Amino acid sequence: MYRIIQTALAALFLFVAMAPGLRAEEALRDLVNALGEAKLSEMDEHIATLAKTGKPEVVAILEALGEGELYASKADGQVFLTKESGSNLTLTDPISGDSAGEAPKAALSKIRVNNSVRRAVRTALGSLTLLSPDRNQRLRAARSVLQSPDADALGAIENALAAEKDAAVRAVLEQARATMLLLSDRPVDEKREAVRLLEENGGREALPILSGALGSADESLKPDIEAALASIEQAQAFWNAGQNIWYGLSLGSVLLLAAIGLAITFGVMGIINMAHGEMVMLGAYTTFLVQDVVRTSFPHLFDWSLAIALPLAFLVTGAVGLAMERGVIRFLYGRPLETLLATWGISLILQQTVRTIFGPTNREVGNPSWMSGAFELGGLAITWNRLWIIVFALAVFAALLFLLKKTPMGLQMRAVTQNRRMASSMGIRTPLVDALTFALGSGIAGIAGVALSQIDNVSPNLGQGYIIDSFMVVVFGGVGNLWGTLVGAFSLGILNKFLEPYAGAVLGKILVLVLIILFIQKRPRGLFALKGRAVEA
Amino acid sequence: MITSFLIKSLDRTIVVAVAILLALAVIVPALNLLTAPEHLLHVPTYLVSLFGKYLTYALLALALDLVWGFCGILSLGHAAFFALGGYAMGMYLMRQIGARGSYGNPLLPDFMVFLDWKELPWFWYGFDMFWFAALMVVLVPGLLAFVFGWFAFRSRVNGVYLSIITQAMTYALLLAFFRNDMGFGGNNGLTDFKDILGFNVQADGTRAALFAASALALAGSLVVTSGIVRSKFGKVLVALRDAESRTRFLGYRVEHMKLFAFTVSAMMAGVAGALYVPQVGIINPGEFAPANSIEVVIWTAVGGRGTLIGPIVGAILVNGGKSIFTAAFPEFWLFALGGLFVLVTLFLPKGVVGTAQNYLATRRASHAAARKESESEKSASLAAAETMAAE
Repeated sequence: MYRIIQTALAALFLFVAMAPGLRAEEALRDLVNALGEAKLSEMDEHIATLAKTGKPEVVAILEALGEGELYASKADGQVFLTKESGSNLTLTDPISGDSAGEAPKAALSKIRVNNSVRRAVRTALGSLTLLSPDRNQRLRAARSVLQSPDADALGAIENALAAEKDAAVRAVLEQARATMLLLSDRPVDEKREAVRLLEENGGREALPILSGALGSADESLKPDIEAALASIEQAQAFWNAGQNIWYGLSLGSVLLLAAIGLAITFGVMGIINMAHGEMVMLGAYTTFLVQDVVRTSFPHLFDWSLAIALPLAFLVTGAVGLAMERGVIRFLYGRPLETLLATWGISLILQQTVRTIFGPTNREVGNPSWMSGAFELGGLAITWNRLWIIVFALAVFAALLFLLKKTPMGLQMRAVTQNRRMASSMGIRTPLVDALTFALGSGIAGIAGVALSQIDNVSPNLGQGYIIDSFMVVVFGGVGNLWGTLVGAFSLGILNKFLEPYAGAVLGKILVLVLIILFIQKRPRGLFALKGRAVEA
Repeated sequence: MITSFLIKSLDRTIVVAVAILLALAVIVPALNLLTAPEHLLHVPTYLVSLFGKYLTYALLALALDLVWGFCGILSLGHAAFFALGGYAMGMYLMRQIGARGSYGNPLLPDFMVFLDWKELPWFWYGFDMFWFAALMVVLVPGLLAFVFGWFAFRSRVNGVYLSIITQAMTYALLLAFFRNDMGFGGNNGLTDFKDILGFNVQADGTRAALFAASALALAGSLVVTSGIVRSKFGKVLVALRDAESRTRFLGYRVEHMKLFAFTVSAMMAGVAGALYVPQVGIINPGEFAPANSIEVVIWTAVGGRGTLIGPIVGAILVNGGKSIFTAAFPEFWLFALGGLFVLVTLFLPKGVVGTAQNYLATRRASHAAARKESESEKSASLAAAETMAAE
């Protein structure tokens, strides 16, 4: 008994709690059904009332009205959302969103719309989504209003602005309001304020708005708009230059990575290693293999695949380099031109080996999640993989510098390259140092390959594209000087990207090559030339 | 003076080589044109063209040998001069097509019509005349080499630096010629040739004549190079190859001498390119590829640099091998070529011809020594007999 009373009470309580909801739903249904009976001239009013309710359901209803998909039943005046299916219409209840079966077209009459109704719908929709409780939806709505500004929606925007708390949405709304103000027939002072606002945070999008407004604007406003245009253009030029510098840095870091191993083998040891590019290529293929194994066997480690590939690539290419030095190059010391030819031969063999094993087509190397995507910094679009590659290139450079300057091995390397016989007399095993130095340079090329696999096609020809560029960097920067390689790589990268907009990518590259050739005339030993006895050695 | 130059240039090997080339220039076309196809000694036309191509390669290798073998300049950009000569000839051949192109434009080559160009670019003027094109074949590579060399040698860029910037030069040209805007047919280059000097390029007679022309050009260049190398100038060239600073301090203008050799060599390469194009029927930017230039170096190295016959032998050997290899095992050609680079530099630094010459020279020397020894023994025994007789 007690149980029954309890249940009844609970049911009663529930009913009382739901009653206002039910009542509101009924009210909305009446409003919607009123649309079916209204004359065209009354529609505006009805739409405004509907919009004022601020209910999320209204959005779908108004959209359907705008699209001509809102029908009223001829029998009872009920209004439905419809979709065409053959000669019938599928009906959806506008309030609950439930399916209401199908009906022949003849049983329904379409709610007629004209341009003025459509405009009313658009305004209502704009203000409705602008007032939506969902922040992202508001932001989207604000952006879409900004993209197609309409002076009629000014009131809606101002309403939304008054209610808006979120800073990001406010900023977009402010901009939209300013844009609309310019198009509207508000007083000049307000417009001037709008121009100032657009100038401050308008960016690229504000340019067409302002220059469009320039034609129809009041005479007293024209100087303001012109000044704003000039200042925006200046800011744009600034950001463009910034973007070019960024691209240049990015290209420079790629060049640095490709050239840094060469700075050791060519710069420090004086060995022309034409197979250097193939070392980069081997590093990239190591990454491919590691990712292949990770994908099939340990998919959860995918984000770590590059970290796994790094030491492996270093070991693989270092070993190949060691074998090259011991097998071929050591017999050719002191004969640089012969070294060039022999290493070219080795590069052909390595390329063909990889082509035979992996095929001539590009292999897919994926980006780990922390390297994909981009973010914006001011007016710059910065992709994560490029940023990481710059960081990585600098890290490799720093590590190498440390190794050469601060470790016993680096000391021995420098000693052997500066004065082989003296170093040998001091008890340094020069052949071992030669071999290790060459292996180090090759290993670093392999590491570069891991990084470059993220932004370039991994194919047997990967190395070919880098070999001339990296020699240019080392020669330009000055042989035997790591800092020269750093400066050379970044200045060539930036120069390239600044020439590109004027000359096009290919011509820009040709110009850079010509400039380097001319530069070598002026400073045959590069930017940072070695001085003293080492020069003629 | 010219006769003395010629006489000096002709030592026994050169005479033999020139004689062989002249004989080839007569015999091969004769065997191609005069014998019936089923005859035992008949040389099919495709072989004539193939060997004609080898001869132009040999000329290119000879040009490289002049600067590398005798002057110590390892140019990794000689294919650029070759290709420029080829383009000059290609432009002449394009103009000869006239209204027979697929668009039927009497003035503009097909690719220009395709690109919707309205008039001929200025640098195509004059190429309808053979003498002008022939002049350009020599002048354009020569001028490029002169300007490039003038800059490079004046600031004493040498050794591997020079090699790398010559490579950069040909790479830059490669990129440039790939551009459609350059007006040289872009990616596709120049092809579909019809006539040369009024003769159909496809005809057997023309092919045979081109072969003969290649052989004659090679023989002529051989005589000229040999003359240069054997003159006093050539001796100084070798001196500057072996000790540049010392030669400079002895008062020679090293950079002028290098520039002369480099320019002459580039002109020879241009001629080679001009003879190459009508025989293969196409010239495209791929000819500028740095890899091509390096391949020329290996021909020269295999044959023997610093010998004039060597590069010719090397070019024919390597390219013959390439033709056979790429037909039989296409996968392995690059292995073979790569291996050739390594083995030749390690074990055969003087090349085939150089090693053979060395071997002959040492044998001759040991023969001479042995003869001398036996003679001195004889005289010693005679003397001993005399003293014995006197006693």
